[in-house]
Amino acid sequence: MTFAFPARAGLLAAAGLACTLGCSDLAVAQAAAAAPAVADKGDTAWMLTSTLLVLLMIVPGLALFYGGLVRSKNMLSVLTQVLAVTCLSMLMWVAVGYSLAFTEGSPFIGGVAKAFLAGVAKDTVNSGGTIPEYVFFAFQMTFASITPALALGAFAERTKFSVTLLFALLWGIFVYYPIAHMVWQSDGYLMKLGALDFAGGTVVHINAGIAGLVGALLVGKRIGYGKDLMAPHSLTLTFTGGALLWIGWFGFNAGSALAANDVAALALVNTLLATAAAALSWMVVEWTSKGKPSLLGTISGVIAGLVAITPAAGLVGPVGGIVLGLVGGAVSFFFCTTVKNAFGYDDTADVFGVHGVAGIVGSIGTGVFVSASLGGVGVENYDMAAQVWHQIVAVVIAVVWCGVVTAIIFKVIDLAIGLRPATDAEREGLDISAHGERAYNM
Amino acid sequence: MKIVMAIIKPFKLDEVRDVLTSIGIHGLTVTEVRGYGRQRGHTEIYRGAEYAVSFLPKVKIEVAVPTDQVERVIGAIVRAAKTGQIGDGKIFVISLEHAVRIRTGEADADAL
Repeated sequence: MTFAFPARAGLLAAAGLACTLGCSDLAVAQAAAAAPAVADKGDTAWMLTSTLLVLLMIVPGLALFYGGLVRSKNMLSVLTQVLAVTCLSMLMWVAVGYSLAFTEGSPFIGGVAKAFLAGVAKDTVNSGGTIPEYVFFAFQMTFASITPALALGAFAERTKFSVTLLFALLWGIFVYYPIAHMVWQSDGYLMKLGALDFAGGTVVHINAGIAGLVGALLVGKRIGYGKDLMAPHSLTLTFTGGALLWIGWFGFNAGSALAANDVAALALVNTLLATAAAALSWMVVEWTSKGKPSLLGTISGVIAGLVAITPAAGLVGPVGGIVLGLVGGAVSFFFCTTVKNAFGYDDTADVFGVHGVAGIVGSIGTGVFVSASLGGVGVENYDMAAQVWHQIVAVVIAVVWCGVVTAIIFKVIDLAIGLRPATDAEREGLDISAHGERAYNM
Repeated sequence: MKIVMAIIKPFKLDEVRDVLTSIGIHGLTVTEVRGYGRQRGHTEIYRGAEYAVSFLPKVKIEVAVPTDQVERVIGAIVRAAKTGQIGDGKIFVISLEHAVRIRTGEADADAL
């Protein structure tokens, strides 16, 4: 199985996964290696679908999920930021992003050989894979787009629109492309180390969570934070967006098999079960400790579960996935309530508490539950302590790289144009002051 | 003429309207309002953020009536809006100097 989809999931090969899910794929891959690579119709169909499912996660899913969480005066600012950052990230991806992440270069960043898709034609197949490279490019483009959009939620309601665009521009180049390269490209540092990240626990979620936290700290708290009523203006929209995220996540996780095969099937099962476990986990812990089971808590548990299972989706068994979900939901709840209040940082949409924290739980937990003895797919010469150590190293490198570089990016933007709108503009709401329109005319 | 203004629980609005119609009052203005009296507010929790909500949603109705009907109207509203629980609301009676029906120009008692 590991040789059928090397380009992105090639880390599995590097990690020496035991061939427990379908050794026949090996023969297929070897046969394919002899003839010129031709895209497989079934794989291509699934990956076309997966690409659009990930887009569904961003617009409308993530935009509505975050939009419902802010006050009505900032609704359109969130929708506009998510939409514009997504579009900008797509153009950056074709210009340099894809090449910097997914071509050979140094262990930390790729080259510019495929800038503006140089050398990629209609009939080019992705490296060692079975889908057109255009599809691989587009699938990865949606990942590069959702990650900075995820981070936006942490410093929503108080950041200049121009700052969010500059952030996406610089952060893509200096944080996302290097970390994606390190984790997913065959010569990447963490790939060679043997760290496992099936669908982006490190690259997408820890990355977005840390960027969000650093952004929230450097932009500062919203005016009136801790004093004024800042209740979410529409949990109905948050629920709608959260539900779309769950549906779209099947493209994200099962699509990360890069093929319509048994690995995708396992990822799909895990993306259902771990999510259900995390939703109930958050709900029950909240019910026990705060007295009531809330919708916001339960849908937040859904997201925490999806994040926790992301690095593990095609690697752990369903029961291992459920355990990851249960732990991810409870730990995220603890961070979004107790830890956030203890430290007093203003993470508007709890990007760190959900994506950062559940991402870390999932990434480290993958090292445990990938074990064949715990129902996972297994890794050749598996040693739990060593694998967990590799996972921790990957998490620490992602946290430190992302934390330091994001801080520098925000400092630079602050010096150049300032991070926050005028006090009056923030009080009036960013919809009117930055975009000249109002979400609800009633 | 008087204006009878009552602040009531929102779910009691239809019952109040029915009882006022049954005693011959045709016309009433309704506003959604928020406020507090002796009823305590409640706490809302959104993930880690807890908010004490002290202004509760109520409905304000205003009825303009001839002075001799004021007591009947008050009695009807009390009958319909009372639950016996704290937070049932209040009734205020205010003097009304002048009234005009816009369509016909009728004034005062004829306009009610």
